[in-house]
Amino acid sequence: MYSGASNFVSATDTAFVVVIGISVIFLVGITLTMLWFVYRYNKKRNPVATQIHGSNTLEVVWTVIPTILVLVMFFYGWAGYSPMRNAPENAMKIRANARMWSWLFEYENGIKTDTLYVPLDKAVALDLISLDVIHSLYIPAFRVKEDMVPGKTNKMWFIAQKAGNYELFCTEYCGLSHSYMFTEVKVLPQPEFDVWYARMADTTLQKEAAKIPGVRGRQIVQTNGCLACHSADGSKLIGPTFKGIYGHTVVVNTDGREREIVVDDEYITRSIYEPDSDVVKGYTKGMMISYKQQLNDADIAEIIEYLKTLK
Amino acid sequence: MEEQTEHKYLPNYLEYRGKYKGLAGWLTTTDHKRIGLLYFYSMMVFFLAGVVMGILMKLELISPGEQIMGAQVYNGLFTLHGLTMIFLFVIPGVAAVYGNFFLPILIGAKDVSFPRLNLMSWYLYIIGAIVVLTSQFMGDGPPDTGWTFYAPYSLKTQTNVVAAVTGAFILGFSSILTGLNFIVTMHRLRAPGMGWLRMPLFAWALYGTGWIQLLATPIVGITFLMVIAERLLGIGFFDPAIGGDPILYQHLFWIYSHPAVYIMILPAMGAITEIIPTFARKTIFGYTAIVISSMAIAFVGYFVWGHHMFTSGMSSTSRWVFSLLTFLVAIPSAIKVFNWTATLYKGSINIKTPFLWAICFIFVFMIGGFSGLVLGSLATDIHVHDTAFVVAHFHYIVFGGTGFAFFAALHYWYPKMFAKVYNPKIANLGLFIFFVGFNLLYFPMFYLGMIGMPRRYYDYLPMFHNANILSTIGSWIMATGLLIVIINLVRARRGTGKEVNDPWDGKTLEWTIASPPIVENFEEIPVVDHGPYEY
Ligand code: HEC
Ligand code: HEM
Ligand SMILES: [Cu+2]
Ligand SMILES: [Cu+2]
Repeated sequence: MYSGASNFVSATDTAFVVVIGISVIFLVGITLTMLWFVYRYNKKRNPVATQIHGSNTLEVVWTVIPTILVLVMFFYGWAGYSPMRNAPENAMKIRANARMWSWLFEYENGIKTDTLYVPLDKAVALDLISLDVIHSLYIPAFRVKEDMVPGKTNKMWFIAQKAGNYELFCTEYCGLSHSYMFTEVKVLPQPEFDVWYARMADTTLQKEAAKIPGVRGRQIVQTNGCLACHSADGSKLIGPTFKGIYGHTVVVNTDGREREIVVDDEYITRSIYEPDSDVVKGYTKGMMISYKQQLNDADIAEIIEYLKTLK
Repeated sequence: MEEQTEHKYLPNYLEYRGKYKGLAGWLTTTDHKRIGLLYFYSMMVFFLAGVVMGILMKLELISPGEQIMGAQVYNGLFTLHGLTMIFLFVIPGVAAVYGNFFLPILIGAKDVSFPRLNLMSWYLYIIGAIVVLTSQFMGDGPPDTGWTFYAPYSLKTQTNVVAAVTGAFILGFSSILTGLNFIVTMHRLRAPGMGWLRMPLFAWALYGTGWIQLLATPIVGITFLMVIAERLLGIGFFDPAIGGDPILYQHLFWIYSHPAVYIMILPAMGAITEIIPTFARKTIFGYTAIVISSMAIAFVGYFVWGHHMFTSGMSSTSRWVFSLLTFLVAIPSAIKVFNWTATLYKGSINIKTPFLWAICFIFVFMIGGFSGLVLGSLATDIHVHDTAFVVAHFHYIVFGGTGFAFFAALHYWYPKMFAKVYNPKIANLGLFIFFVGFNLLYFPMFYLGMIGMPRRYYDYLPMFHNANILSTIGSWIMATGLLIVIINLVRARRGTGKEVNDPWDGKTLEWTIASPPIVENFEEIPVVDHGPYEY
């Protein structure tokens, strides 16, 4: 409560206090009254009931007072909410992409991450994009949430007001690994953010790094959300692990026939472009989407380099 | 003439032998009381199955990581749990069981207007249930969409959505026909002298419910047909990939499913309204106000569906309009609570099991209602929408509301239905344990939602662990209470009969006739010359 992590926290929490406060007063009041009546007008204490058919005055009173109170609640809810709809012009724009079951954030300078980095005390506006089904981007600490609907761009904005790391969840059920579809928001003070922003965009650095085999591939795998379904440490997720996969023999199901196949460049390429053509035994067809739109042959070559390093 | 005063022996509805004997007699019956019991027994089976699923889910959630099932199984389980509880338990709910059994009696009629149609409603219910259940065993596995079938996921998943949706479609007809039947019955078959404003309030609640069933259910029927057409024929209604609009699906779904909440809760409120005056030995406070509030709920309830979609990307205008309307629909429910409480004032209260259930009902229903205000207010809903908070809210309303009222009504009318008496001490003990367990099970979910735990979560971060442990323990306590309650009633049913025509000294018509009621309820149709609760 009132952590102040974003510019919306205080108005939202005030609305919570108003709504819950009034509710608790009524809940306790009515419950105690009820219990008191049950005690006071018990058959033993009050053997003969007094017949009362009603009272128009009371009906009016307990219609009008709650009406006023709910209008007050409505007002606080609306007041806390309406600023959420109007992002300032100068806000920093980030494209937030959701897909089963990972996130990808794209910044104006072209960098892509699976974690949301934002600068402190600066308005950030997100374009919410879904590549498959409906997801919902939720940052509890910031009190913001909005669905990501395929075919439609919803918006969200906020100003992070405290440096630190916060959870970011998907709150719209989106299938098998819905509960694993979370990441972090990292709020950095502006100078630190700028350093990070520049470093990520620095292509010479990237090229330097890319000289080490597998590094570039690991980045591609990370930003494309492959790790939501494939582990690098041998554990089984929705898809087979990447560990030791290269050169290994797997049993796959091709058009209803089982066959053995050695994992080589060609097989991996096919697995990424047409995942349903060879379905690994023990795994579900249709889970992995085709990455034809997102990746090209050069990316896949990097991924293969990376897979080779996972012995 | 002698023969008019002479009492001939009239068989009660349980022992009556029609054309067929035994089970066949039951399956071909058109007696509204037997049909009420057919619903009762089938619903109890589904309810208990749903409870087992709920408990298994809670067991899975006792700790992070996999406990007893994988994610796919869990997702299928909450879908089936939701479908069972919503479509097979609370939507027919209090209306199908006690409405069928008592509505004709309460208004002094021999049966509903269309007894055969009434039986057909039950068959549609069973067929719909079977079709829903086949989805579990046929096709490519149990549906995993949640009971809301949100597009486009419901169009993309490989699982057997078509069967589940078809089942729900058929169940809709059962509901429509029951609503129609009740409306006509109340218009046509009230006993002489029973004007509209002399009808018991349970009947009024069923009247409001009937209209919702009749007018709202077709919308979800069409929507489900569209889902089927899209899945089987690829017609692009809802999937943007083929030109559809997923938000349209949500509108259509909630235009029905919000009023459906009132299909569940109005009859429950009606049953409570019967119980309170009987045990307060006092006429109901504000009869007309309660009638008006029932009809207002039924009416305004049509215009608030958008509160399920505050984060969906609707226009800002529709968001605040729906929020405002949602707050207004809270008023009639509040009025009922005030009137119930006022009825206790200067009563002569006879504390018996049904009364205790009714008091517990009011308490949990208030918590459900107040948490609904948090969800109706925009800023706060943005934070708790689609989190465990919502799960707590609707269990408090639907289970706490309809579920508690269902058991309150069962304990209230049990002696009338079966002419048997249950052990009140064990019944109260069961209720107490159930009540404690219920709150321990669901209250922590409010907290979990407030700190951000999303709903439909198979697994969670360690920060959510503690409250989940409490909640799971609550589910065990609640199950124990439920078991005690049920065993007590089953034992009573097996026990010997008692002469209990009017055990609570009630004033409505059902207490003037024999227990169990004779086949056509009344030897002679009563003439009514006063209101329902004249003490
Ligand atoms: C939604 C979950 C999911 C995501 C995301 C995903 N995959 Fe897969 N992947 C699977 C499943 C399930 C299989 C096994 C079934 C099959 O072969 O289609 C699989 C199979 C594979 C295989 C063959 C593995 C083997 O053991 O033969 C490769 C290679 C692969 N994926 C690479 C990737 C890459 C690269 C990405 C990211 C660009 C990715 N996957 C993203 C689910 C996923
Ligand atoms: C022992 C009793 C019960 C337990 C332990 C229980 C537990 C649960 C749990 C754990 C969930 C999943 C919540 C989530 O996914 O985050 C759930 C969902 C649900 N429950 Fe219950 N529940 C019980 C009884 C009921 C009753 C009586 C009803 C209705 C009258 C009901 C209606 C629902 C609905 C509609 C859902 C939503 C399903 C969905 O998300 O699609 N439950 N319940
Ligand atoms: Cu999700
Ligand atoms: Cu609603």
